[in-house]
Amino acid sequence: MVFNASLAEIAIPDIKAFRNVNVRPALSTATSAAPAPAAQTVAMRVQNLNAYYGKFEAIEGVTLDFFDRNITAIIGPSGCGKSTLLRCLNRLHEVIPGARVEGTVKLGNEDIYAPTMNPVLLRRRVGMIFQRPNPFPSMSIYDNVGAGLKLSGRIAKAKLDEIVEKSLRQAALWDEVKDKLKESGLSLSGGQQQRLCIARTIAVQPEVILMDEPASALDPVSTLKVEDLMRELKANYTMIIVTHNLQQAARISDRTAFMLGGEDRKGHLVEYAATSDMFTRPSDPRTEQYISGRFG
Amino acid sequence: MATSTIPPRAAYGQFTPQNMRRRQIVNLIMIGIVAFCALIIIIPLVHILGVCLAEGASSLNLNLFIKPPAPPGVAGGGIAPAIVGSIIMLAIASVLGIPTGVATGIYMAEYGTRSNRYASIVRFVADILLGVPSIVIGIFVWTLLVRPFGSFSALAGGFALGAMMIPTISRTTEEVVRLVPQTIREASLALGIPYWKTVWRIVIPAASSGIGTAIVLAFARVGGETAPLLFTTLGNNFLSFNILRPMDAVPLRLFNYAIGPYEEWHRIAWATAFVLVIAILLLTIAVRRIARGRFNDGV
Amino acid sequence: METLRVMRQWWHDRRRLGITATPSLPRPPMRMGLQADRRFRTLLGAFAGVIMLLIGAMVVLLVSDSLMAWRQFGIIPFITGTDWNPPFKIFGALPYIYGTVVTSVMALVIATPIGIGCAVFLTEFAPRWVRTPLSLTVEMLASVPSVVFGLWGIFYFAPWLRSGVESWLTHHLDWIPLFKGPAFGIGIFAAGCILSIMIVPYITAITREVMLKVPAAQREGMLALGATRWEVVRIVVIPFARSGIVGGAILALGRALGETMAVTMLIGNRGQIKSSLFAQGATMSSVLANEFTEATFQLYTSSLIAIGLLLLVVALIMNILGRWLVSFSARNEATGRA
Repeated sequence: MVFNASLAEIAIPDIKAFRNVNVRPALSTATSAAPAPAAQTVAMRVQNLNAYYGKFEAIEGVTLDFFDRNITAIIGPSGCGKSTLLRCLNRLHEVIPGARVEGTVKLGNEDIYAPTMNPVLLRRRVGMIFQRPNPFPSMSIYDNVGAGLKLSGRIAKAKLDEIVEKSLRQAALWDEVKDKLKESGLSLSGGQQQRLCIARTIAVQPEVILMDEPASALDPVSTLKVEDLMRELKANYTMIIVTHNLQQAARISDRTAFMLGGEDRKGHLVEYAATSDMFTRPSDPRTEQYISGRFG
Repeated sequence: MATSTIPPRAAYGQFTPQNMRRRQIVNLIMIGIVAFCALIIIIPLVHILGVCLAEGASSLNLNLFIKPPAPPGVAGGGIAPAIVGSIIMLAIASVLGIPTGVATGIYMAEYGTRSNRYASIVRFVADILLGVPSIVIGIFVWTLLVRPFGSFSALAGGFALGAMMIPTISRTTEEVVRLVPQTIREASLALGIPYWKTVWRIVIPAASSGIGTAIVLAFARVGGETAPLLFTTLGNNFLSFNILRPMDAVPLRLFNYAIGPYEEWHRIAWATAFVLVIAILLLTIAVRRIARGRFNDGV
Repeated sequence: METLRVMRQWWHDRRRLGITATPSLPRPPMRMGLQADRRFRTLLGAFAGVIMLLIGAMVVLLVSDSLMAWRQFGIIPFITGTDWNPPFKIFGALPYIYGTVVTSVMALVIATPIGIGCAVFLTEFAPRWVRTPLSLTVEMLASVPSVVFGLWGIFYFAPWLRSGVESWLTHHLDWIPLFKGPAFGIGIFAAGCILSIMIVPYITAITREVMLKVPAAQREGMLALGATRWEVVRIVVIPFARSGIVGGAILALGRALGETMAVTMLIGNRGQIKSSLFAQGATMSSVLANEFTEATFQLYTSSLIAIGLLLLVVALIMNILGRWLVSFSARNEATGRA
């Protein structure tokens, strides 16, 4: 199992649009009205997080709050630790041999790294979508969506049918697959597979959904579909998305966190603000430089 | 949980405490079971080694290696003819097995492309040869080399062992030659060196340690085989260097002593078994050490 | 053990050939007129052809030498004949086929779960410091010669079985014909058990290879849904590796079929068909080992060779089938299907 924070950086965002300081990326009106932080509840809180792979420290001293029902984007150049941070949020980081974490991460009021917190339970509440769609090949579409549900015990078939349909509808996939629920998940296109994975994740009703570059392996049309889906899901779920695509971050997120790796290659959080603020009036010069494309 | 602005999660998604407990228990039980499986596998090996040593220790002395077998019931015999015989037969096997195996491996690696039907067939047939039961190889060599000449011989035994060596050597050689970097071949060709010379003088030397590994591994495999020797070389109580006559071999002697009725024979059999197993184990470990360093042969 | 390694390499090779284009070695130069290059290639090809000669000669000789038996008895009657009676010149192979089948199936039934369990432990649960020594041990077990297993079997394993498992079974379960006593230690049961010890490393090695190829993303996907580690293995990994595991078992079966020495030393060598597992019996390879050098007339030899031919055919079928399944799994791994 090789972990790599900067897998397959396929599309370099077209940054010519940012060269001209006065031209700002168009912000979707639905997300630009980010309410003031004080009025929001905190879904997850990270405090002084360090993450290690053996001796190598991948991220250091990260502190930020993720707000409820917001889409928070984490951006930064490759290798800055974005994916590591994400994986620390649902304790997938520690699955890698030798990996460990220092600091606090709280889901609501509970410390997720407390000895009493069972990672199995945590991962139910904090779901994850991966960069490459990973439907389970030995299962049909129906079984894929129900895969997580079956873990929580026996479910009546009628109820399972209902939940599967509901999840697929929420994932905007129902109409496309309703006639072929018994077919293998691999018979779908890349974008459909990713939406299938999203349906699978929301079928278990997590509180937070983490997304690790969910659209980077998809074609532009599927990407837009996934982004639309994310906007709809915002009503019910908190989403934290890692992306290397600045326009994507600008399009869909309410808040953005910018991370950067220092000379010692440890990732730090440089700036964290409402998206509209970050893209128009970044407070840190490094943010400004990254957004306008001077590096990364 | 966060404050009340979030509507409660749907019940069906969450894990009840009973569910969690049950699944944790199942998880632990299964881990226990598979760990137990691993243990079950270790125990026979450890036991066999230990028993060989314990039983054979009394006979593990110089006599074992330099003396010929004693008359039944008399102590102090050894397996010297068997050791000599094994060495001779392995040498004969090498004459057949090493050139054929290495050449086949090189051919597969250098010329074995998809479009080469011959190479695909050879590869398929080599894999088949690997799957032929060793006793059937013994029968085959009997019809080929024993019956026509009317006599069991070390030659036949060596031939059988050699036939068994071929597929293992060729497979490993092929792997190893394929691993030689492209750039070396290209550099040589770019210098105007003909292709055959490139392979012969540059690629093969580069792969030589790997090929050596292949050969040693083949010895380790074949050195302990008894079945192909049963009706090719038959065995011999006396030291002989005549390859056209029956000759003894270590596994054969082990077999005959093990099923024989004399205590003394059994003791010698244990000592022989110990020596045989240790020899093979050491060869295998040594080779893996070298191979891992070179080819990162993942464990 | 070497076979283990070669099987593994074969697997790697299949996988590579299955998914990539041919390895991009430079083609022999276009100026094929170059004599030396052609001669070299032909020379190597000739050596490679030796293998084909060997197999061809093997098939031809075995078939032709067994023809006498086939003609004398007919193919089906020979295979189904239960009477193996050299003095009366009657030869029927069924007792030995029975012995082979029963011991091999028994070995497979015992070894497969244990081998898969050990492989699961190795890939999924074992701490890092355990992995190397454990897999080394498994490979060493595979490199122990068959005669040594036989020796150990005669003096330790079989007596242990007799006083332990066999006595328990004959006392408590002897209403089942399979377990009817008396149990002497030596017999089909002991042969099957020792055979299972001998094939377990192969199952473990191949299963492990196949499981390692399951992509991390699949495992993480299941973990992210809130599964325990065992659930990840049960729901995702094993189904994904299904065909490879079955292929590995079939390959191990092929090996079990041909195993001679340890089985000969533990099975009692009486060509009979009895319903009890504790009866003595014989396998195709054991009767060959025992009687070949004592075959005094041609029909006898020919019948034995006929048995050898049967053994060859069955072992090869298993071998080819198993390899096909494992490469099928390799192709699946490449495309992400299962």
